[in-house]
Amino acid sequence: MWPELGNFALILALCLAGLQAIIPLVGAQLGHDRLMHAGRSLAMGQLVFLALAYAALTLAFLGNDFSVAYVAQNSNETLPVVYKFTAVWGGHEGSLLLWVFLLACWTVAVAVFSKSLPKEVLARVLAVLGMVGVGFMAFTILTSNPFDRLIPAPPDGSDLNPLLQDPGMIIHPPLLYMGYVGMAVVFAFAIAALIGGRLDAAWARWSRPWTTVAWAFLTLGIGLGSWWAYYELGWGGWWFWDPVENASFLPWLTATALLHSLAVSEKRGGFKVWTLMLAILTFALTILGAFLVRSGVITSVHAFATDPDRGTFILGMLAVTLVGSLSLYAWRAPKVGLGGGFGWFSRESLLLGNNVLLVVACAAVFIGTIYPMALDALNLGKISVGPPYFDAVFMPLMLPLLFLVGVAPSLPWKQGDPMQAVYRLRWPFAIAVVLGAAWPLTVGAWNPLTALALMLVAWILITTGVDIVRRLGRRQGLGARLRGLRPSFLGMHMAHAGLALVAMAIAMVNTYEDERDVRLEAGETATVGGYDFTLLDVDRIRGPNYDATQAEVRVTRDGKMVDTLYPQLRHYDSQPEMPMQQAALNRGLTRDIYVSMGQHVGGGAWTMRLYYKPYMFWMWIGGLLMAFGGFLAAADRRYRLARDRSAVSEQQVRADQPRDFQEAQG
Amino acid sequence: MIGSTGFIPKSLVTVLALVWLAAVPMAQAIPLGTPLEFDSQEQREQYNKLVRELRCTVCQSETLHESQAALAGDMRRRIYDMTRSGASGDEVVDFLVQRYGDYVRYRPPLQANTLLLWGSPFLALMAGGVIWWRVVRRRRALLSDEALSDADRDALERFRRGE
Amino acid sequence: MTPKILLPFAGVLAVLGLFYLGLQVDSRELPSPLIDRPAPAFELQSLTEPDRTLTEQDFIGEVALVNVFASWCSSCWAEHSNLVELERRGITIHGLNYRDERPAALRYLRRGGNPYTHIAFDPRGDAGMEWGVYATPETFLLDANGRIRHKHVGPLDAQVIREEFLPRIEQLTAEAAS
Repeated sequence: MWPELGNFALILALCLAGLQAIIPLVGAQLGHDRLMHAGRSLAMGQLVFLALAYAALTLAFLGNDFSVAYVAQNSNETLPVVYKFTAVWGGHEGSLLLWVFLLACWTVAVAVFSKSLPKEVLARVLAVLGMVGVGFMAFTILTSNPFDRLIPAPPDGSDLNPLLQDPGMIIHPPLLYMGYVGMAVVFAFAIAALIGGRLDAAWARWSRPWTTVAWAFLTLGIGLGSWWAYYELGWGGWWFWDPVENASFLPWLTATALLHSLAVSEKRGGFKVWTLMLAILTFALTILGAFLVRSGVITSVHAFATDPDRGTFILGMLAVTLVGSLSLYAWRAPKVGLGGGFGWFSRESLLLGNNVLLVVACAAVFIGTIYPMALDALNLGKISVGPPYFDAVFMPLMLPLLFLVGVAPSLPWKQGDPMQAVYRLRWPFAIAVVLGAAWPLTVGAWNPLTALALMLVAWILITTGVDIVRRLGRRQGLGARLRGLRPSFLGMHMAHAGLALVAMAIAMVNTYEDERDVRLEAGETATVGGYDFTLLDVDRIRGPNYDATQAEVRVTRDGKMVDTLYPQLRHYDSQPEMPMQQAALNRGLTRDIYVSMGQHVGGGAWTMRLYYKPYMFWMWIGGLLMAFGGFLAAADRRYRLARDRSAVSEQQVRADQPRDFQEAQG
Repeated sequence: MIGSTGFIPKSLVTVLALVWLAAVPMAQAIPLGTPLEFDSQEQREQYNKLVRELRCTVCQSETLHESQAALAGDMRRRIYDMTRSGASGDEVVDFLVQRYGDYVRYRPPLQANTLLLWGSPFLALMAGGVIWWRVVRRRRALLSDEALSDADRDALERFRRGE
Repeated sequence: MTPKILLPFAGVLAVLGLFYLGLQVDSRELPSPLIDRPAPAFELQSLTEPDRTLTEQDFIGEVALVNVFASWCSSCWAEHSNLVELERRGITIHGLNYRDERPAALRYLRRGGNPYTHIAFDPRGDAGMEWGVYATPETFLLDANGRIRHKHVGPLDAQVIREEFLPRIEQLTAEAAS
């Protein structure tokens, strides 16, 4: 009964989304208030029905209803309850349901929190979100319905993929999808602006907090995915340049570019056409990500089970999105003004440099990701493109970007004085060079590239500190000083510092990580990175739905106890022939110690992989700082201070306020 | 055994023959995580680099360093044996490419069908640089005939913020 | 202005078209670089006569199939009766018994019949690597001079035999005769 109800609710939500895509848009064109306001109620209704559908699928999991094909494939009797909740998004169909549910949440959030939007703008934004909803819900219902029945029902389900039975996986997909779906909101703002022909600084101000929040979620999602891969896959790697990882990284790169370009659009009215293009591109890349992950064109360990029909459908959505929005763009964009002028050395010009580097990096990753498929499709050969390629083309682009991060935030808009900047930054630069050169020596042998990267890290951290202190210095009293720091300013510096920490961790771990395969019997000791690993014992233990062999490994350094680690080799009941490594870690500020179990090699001997990973901890701290910097910036008062305009038409807004100054000249 | 060296260059065959007389090659595939002995640090580094840059052809996307597959174990053994008998990294890669194609290389070679792959990031960067330069040149021209003074802009900014 | 606007459209359509083509190809199939190359060398025991040593020369001489199989491989078992049928129609088939155990392989042949003229026993996959074997079953087509002319990965079902193998075998046999 519940699954049918869920299915019905999903179909109703699709119908509501269809109405939402049309009615408010018609209202906005006709200037009809009630039609425009219908958008809100439709969004609410959609959320209610999707919540119902989502609850129905969750109930099917909790009640072990294996007559639902999706439940039978992704759960079984012995699956721990917490994973029954998360199994809802553990497969393709359910994760799509989560996608559309989160889209409805965002839509309602836009409807509720956008009091400062003129009613036409809100109506158009909701209509575009309705169209996105129609696309994804139709995709779910037509090609991947999670409520499909399996008749006859099997007595027990197979299992949730053991790799996904992990706490990191509980929150990774929702955060990632929050980011993806947030990009749909950004896209909706851009399309609404193009439809309405209203592309001024106010538009940039409205869409900026949404973009920042979506970006922060995407950052968290990618960071968590990497964290999960790090300890769950048991290979000690944290980023594999796998097509599926790239699929989430591509929109992140353009979204990061978009954040910076929006800053120029808001503050200086510049780059508006480009900003729109980035918003469209970012959303298109999230759909492309779905295509890569869900269609089977690219093989990957992380990809969902695939089906060419799904691929064709997503490709259709991608085509409609791109052709539609590009046509709109071609029609409207040429009429948009240029914005204010600026000199070659100004915050605008450096932000443009940031955009160029990020978009080129995105293009490089994109080409590397689809190139093997393209060659194969054109029958030109079969090749692989892997980490050596991406490292070679991506890393060199990041070094100048890191340098810019140290310069641009403290530079004035419009026109900066290079000599003055050199003068102001000479000490930070000198200190960064010294620190960067000396830092590698604390870990291991000196390496020029590592030193260069660490110089840039120190450069960002120092200039960030200096800039904050400079801002603080103008007022009297610490309280007043702190209040003088705007959240958007602090958030920006937080995110930049986070980026620096991530770069530091990457430089350190790539250069100085140590890894050894060893064969240990109980009582034997191996040494990696100055730490002694002693195998004490190997036990068999029983988990809720797996048997595990668990080793007890004592880690000491110079005879002093560091930790006792318990790596496991798990054989899940559902796939006994596929052992899963459950690595054990000891995390520390300057290094992680990581043990993963190999296999039994006769007698009491086991192979193990031992890792020493310097500064790994800071990768996660850096990622968190970036994301929280984003949330902080989005919380800036200036986005909330604007008057309630929900009852106001955009013509009135135009009349009661001088048009944007750049527009006036353009 | 010697016959199985197939396409390895003649000179190498002799080397291999001599080495195999001395050292007994690993009898089995190398399972994931097996500790290995090498004659020199260079050999160890070469092996470590190779297993991280070569792809397990039956797996979906895994390097030989990460793969549990039986074939990956065979490939690791072949790389290990060749490395210990003095084959260079390129020779080992060529050996596998001759049998499995370019697909085994995670570092695609520079050849006709990868020109675009290796070239396009540089082309994109150059195009980006040109665009940066052209945009900045155009905006600099705007700078001189800016209609509003900075004071006007500040006033307008305050107004829009609703202060 | 118009051509400038058309450019992104052309780019987008090209990329989408590429993706559409990409959907049609089977991304698991790996083309062999050994096509049109001589059969790789090996030196192995015969599966059926352990005292006898086989080399690639034993596979060469007439148009023949070389089938890589193992008793643990279920798709090999699926194609086995087709191999028996092919052999009955007079096509020479050699076997490469890949990463297998001798008793198990012999049992497999007793159960399913032995369509192979010679079977090389390759328990460690040495010859398999020389031949670029990555997923059993694999079937190579050799011409009379011992060159590999075609390779199929996966079981030989009736359609594969009809479309990929029979026409080529006919053609190669005609070439060899002339």
